[in-house]
Amino acid sequence: MALTLMKGSEAIAEAAIRAGARYFFGYPITPQTEIPEYMSARMPEVGGCFLQAESEVAAINMIYGAAGTGARAITSSSSPGISLKQEGISYCAGAQLPCVILNVMRGGPGLGNIQASQGDYMQGVKGGGNGDYHLLTYAPASVQEAIDIMMFAFDKAEQYRVPVLFLADGIIAQMMEPVEMPEMVDFKIDPEKKPWACTGWKPGDDPAKRGVINSIYIDTESLTEHNEVLQTVYKEIVANEQKWEYYNTEGAEFIITAFGTVARIAKSAIDELKKEGVKVGLVRPISVWPFPYDAVREAVMADSVKAVLDVELNEGQMLQDVKLAINGAKPIDFFGHYGSQMPTVDEVKAKIISMKEGK
Amino acid sequence: MSQVVFEKTQYLTDKQFHYCPGCNHGIIHRLVAEVIDEMDLDGKVIGVAPVGCSVFAYDYFNCDMYEAAHGRAPAVATGVKRVVGDDTMVFTYQGDGDLASIGTAEIVHAAHRGEKIVTIFVNNAIYGMTGGQMAPTTLVGQKTTTSPRGRDEAWCGAPIRVAEMLAQIPGSYYIERVAVNNTANIVKAKKAIAKAFRYQKEGKGFCLVEVLSTCPTNWGLSPVEAMKWLEENMIPYYPLGVYKDKEA
Ligand SMILES: Cc1ncc(C[n+]2csc(CCOP(=O)(O)OP(=O)(O)O)c2C)c(N)n1
Ligand code: SF4
Ligand SMILES: [Mg+2]
Repeated sequence: MALTLMKGSEAIAEAAIRAGARYFFGYPITPQTEIPEYMSARMPEVGGCFLQAESEVAAINMIYGAAGTGARAITSSSSPGISLKQEGISYCAGAQLPCVILNVMRGGPGLGNIQASQGDYMQGVKGGGNGDYHLLTYAPASVQEAIDIMMFAFDKAEQYRVPVLFLADGIIAQMMEPVEMPEMVDFKIDPEKKPWACTGWKPGDDPAKRGVINSIYIDTESLTEHNEVLQTVYKEIVANEQKWEYYNTEGAEFIITAFGTVARIAKSAIDELKKEGVKVGLVRPISVWPFPYDAVREAVMADSVKAVLDVELNEGQMLQDVKLAINGAKPIDFFGHYGSQMPTVDEVKAKIISMKEGK
Repeated sequence: MSQVVFEKTQYLTDKQFHYCPGCNHGIIHRLVAEVIDEMDLDGKVIGVAPVGCSVFAYDYFNCDMYEAAHGRAPAVATGVKRVVGDDTMVFTYQGDGDLASIGTAEIVHAAHRGEKIVTIFVNNAIYGMTGGQMAPTTLVGQKTTTSPRGRDEAWCGAPIRVAEMLAQIPGSYYIERVAVNNTANIVKAKKAIAKAFRYQKEGKGFCLVEVLSTCPTNWGLSPVEAMKWLEENMIPYYPLGVYKDKEA
């Protein structure tokens, strides 16, 4: 198949449409505004719906409405807007509604800036909204990877009845890369496959099949039961859906952990260090929830590995998961920036060299 | 030979209402369900319950139902309606705290977009579910648990008149305020609800019926006294009538 040069935001939007998304609700915010702009032009061409909501709060609740009918619905935003969506995300998780949410992360806290950031890792994987829930969360490192994940994101969301979150830093949306765009998936709402959806129940039908999209379970027993259902699903996801990439981990003296665009910088540093005779490997979590704890631990526990360096575009958020994975077995160091200034290849190299020299 | 002279509408489930004695929510539920029944929709109806005393409306209306976050029902209904299209009726059922306080953005913009949904707005001038706090609709001087000396207009403003406000929005199609305090008004209320649903079926636009309602429990009145209080205090401030009807 031919490669096309595409901007990340547009490629991600087109991939969502190819994956069967026909309902987009969103609100403009840099650096992801090209996604709603693209959707506004493209959705009518495929018989879909683009609607600019009055706020991110409304947009995620429109997703709640559309997803409850069984349709494939998607919303996108950037950090401050994702904060506004947290209420609705928690409701989607509680009501077990499959949907896709894109966070093209920018600097924070507060209004922060409009440059790339990875500052919403904690918000994405450790909660964000209220209650005991998780989102199947992916952190793509290239435009192609974002497309590829999008092509199965709705399937996973529907299989487990959970919202899927993309944690993409601003660079993924803003850069152009040659990509291969998959064929259009033929998706139709199928009440058989989604017996829980609101698809036209009428009095006289089986009462158990009436569509009730809901997250309230007022007595302790029924809420316990409901949460047990959710937790069972989360356990299955942890068992089956961990994704990661190993790069040069064989015989490495140091292991770098990094996700998203930062991992690509780490790779460049690793390549240069290799030429200089320093063996460094990378573990890149692709699913950040479920976090690939075992994969990180396995790479780090190899005899050759002396220490670990976690590199992020924040103050060390994934670092906590890396520490949990390693559980004190090897020393861990951190390098990162938190003003949206990308760590450079030279900085990562210098950090590894200083670790090697025992500084 | 026995003859059935009255039957509960099939659009209400057999679940027993949890509403307090004398609360108007029950009457309003029945009117909405009867209107839906009389429209012969063959299951093409989806309701959205709010957060408030009617949070369990999904247990009472016998059709596909959602339970929305506090105030967000119009946004949820928008998402539903954009999928199901003109031939499925979509309605929200919301209290005054839900619609006129936390959910003002969502209701104003649903009206502004001319969203083809029906909103049943139950105004009882108080937050019923949380135990009787002041709402944006609480009358001046009315005592609640968060306005223990009575609502002070200088401190927190005069009560919002939702029907009047939404009638100003170009996108709204039909707005009427009704009450269910006597048989004549109940009949009028049902007609208003039926008209709103008919307009939706015809693909007309955003329709809202505001229903003045009692909360004997949190007003600290008996059901009979509460009805009288509604007539003497609420109706004068919230006059009944049609505020907008683009077809008229
Ligand atoms: C985000 C959020 N804030 C506050 C609440 C608490 N709460 C539940 S019901 C309610 C008030 C509802 O009052 P109203 O809409 O007037 O309905 P009524 O009970 O009077 O019918 C509040 C504040 C909540 N559930 N969610
Ligand atoms: S608290 Fe008030 S509004 Fe709620 S059920 Fe009781 S009377 Fe009705
Ligand atoms: Mg109220």
